[in-house]
Amino acid sequence: MKLHRYAAGLLVLAGMAFAGAGDGGWMKKVPAKDRVRPNPLADDPGATAAGGKVYAQHCSACHGDNAEGKVGGKHYRPNLHSHRVKQATPGELFWILTNGSLRNGMPSWSRFPELERWQVVTYLKSLP
Amino acid sequence: MRIHPSASALPLTAVVLAIALLGMGVPARAQENYFVTYSHQLEEPGNLEIAAKSITGSPRFGNPFVATALEFEYGINGWWTAELYLDGQTTASESTVFTGFRIENRIRPLMREHWINPVLYFEFENLNEADKALLEVVGHDTNADFLPRNSRAEKKREVELKLILSSNFKGWNVAENFTAEKNLGPFSWEFGYALGASRPLALKVSPKPCKFCRENFALGAEMYGGLGERYSFGLAETSHYLGPVISWDIPRGPSFRLSPNFGLNHNSNGLLFRFMMSYEIDDFFARLRGEP
Repeated sequence: MKLHRYAAGLLVLAGMAFAGAGDGGWMKKVPAKDRVRPNPLADDPGATAAGGKVYAQHCSACHGDNAEGKVGGKHYRPNLHSHRVKQATPGELFWILTNGSLRNGMPSWSRFPELERWQVVTYLKSLP
Repeated sequence: MRIHPSASALPLTAVVLAIALLGMGVPARAQENYFVTYSHQLEEPGNLEIAAKSITGSPRFGNPFVATALEFEYGINGWWTAELYLDGQTTASESTVFTGFRIENRIRPLMREHWINPVLYFEFENLNEADKALLEVVGHDTNADFLPRNSRAEKKREVELKLILSSNFKGWNVAENFTAEKNLGPFSWEFGYALGASRPLALKVSPKPCKFCRENFALGAEMYGGLGERYSFGLAETSHYLGPVISWDIPRGPSFRLSPNFGLNHNSNGLLFRFMMSYEIDDFFARLRGEP
């Protein structure tokens, strides 16, 4: 009986962990020094277009061409027009691009040079 | 081992399949910038990468050959990638044979990016002794290993473990692999290493679409070789190779990579030439199910 309670508790905790991760839980993991990092390309006139190009090549397969998290009307991945993404600091977005959320299917894009990741951040912050 | 007709059709079928998939017009991107060395970058979840890794050489006292390992790499999830290799080769004055298969798994134990990122690698391979794909060099492998004829019947069944360490820093990737391989017969553990460093030619992406922009090219180098066996660990009677690697990723198209490998001592083959073409299919099983 005790074992069943532990198992049920673990299931609830695991469910909460996954729900949290898929619901912006990663934001709580961003270290303070990363959270406040400024975007060095925030004023770069070409950064939004360049970031959009990277997005189309590498991110749109999951997040959709319009970044709404919808591909083929069936798969739902995080909507990048959401309030959460709008509220996120550039540093937080850079952190999730760098580290990914491997348990939740978001890969790490650390293989892209830092400036390229900042271009993507600039694009994401430009989304309506 | 002379090839059984059904077995000979296998790599050919896979090549035809790969060519057919090329017509699907789906996005592609390269994961790795090396031939032998692995970095900590895994396949993206749900994606399938199909690659043909070829090597050609003309060994002293042996016949010139072209060996190809056809690779199917699938991202099971964010921290686990599995691969199947089908090896085959053509040797001048001998034959064309299917030499066997390899099954690999790479697991990333740490979920975040660190200064050095470890990956654990497990492989089982079932190959003809004549296999020349040279996806690793271990133990006392030398240029004599290029001499067994394609008709050789011995099979080798081996397990291979790797510790992959890799870092990304200021646009550079630096990767170090340490290999331990054990033939499942009465043989001792063999050891090897591979080192690689590479960097894209541009650290920023240009705003305009282009195929020949600098950001689509990466330059690097890799070095690999044997470290002896359990009872004779060290560099004595081992072979080592070093060469530059150039990669070209065509946006929404295939990726190409080539590398001349130069033998560094008398146990090595003087020159080997490697060439690779790869193509990645996003959300492979969703596409198979006909979902857009």
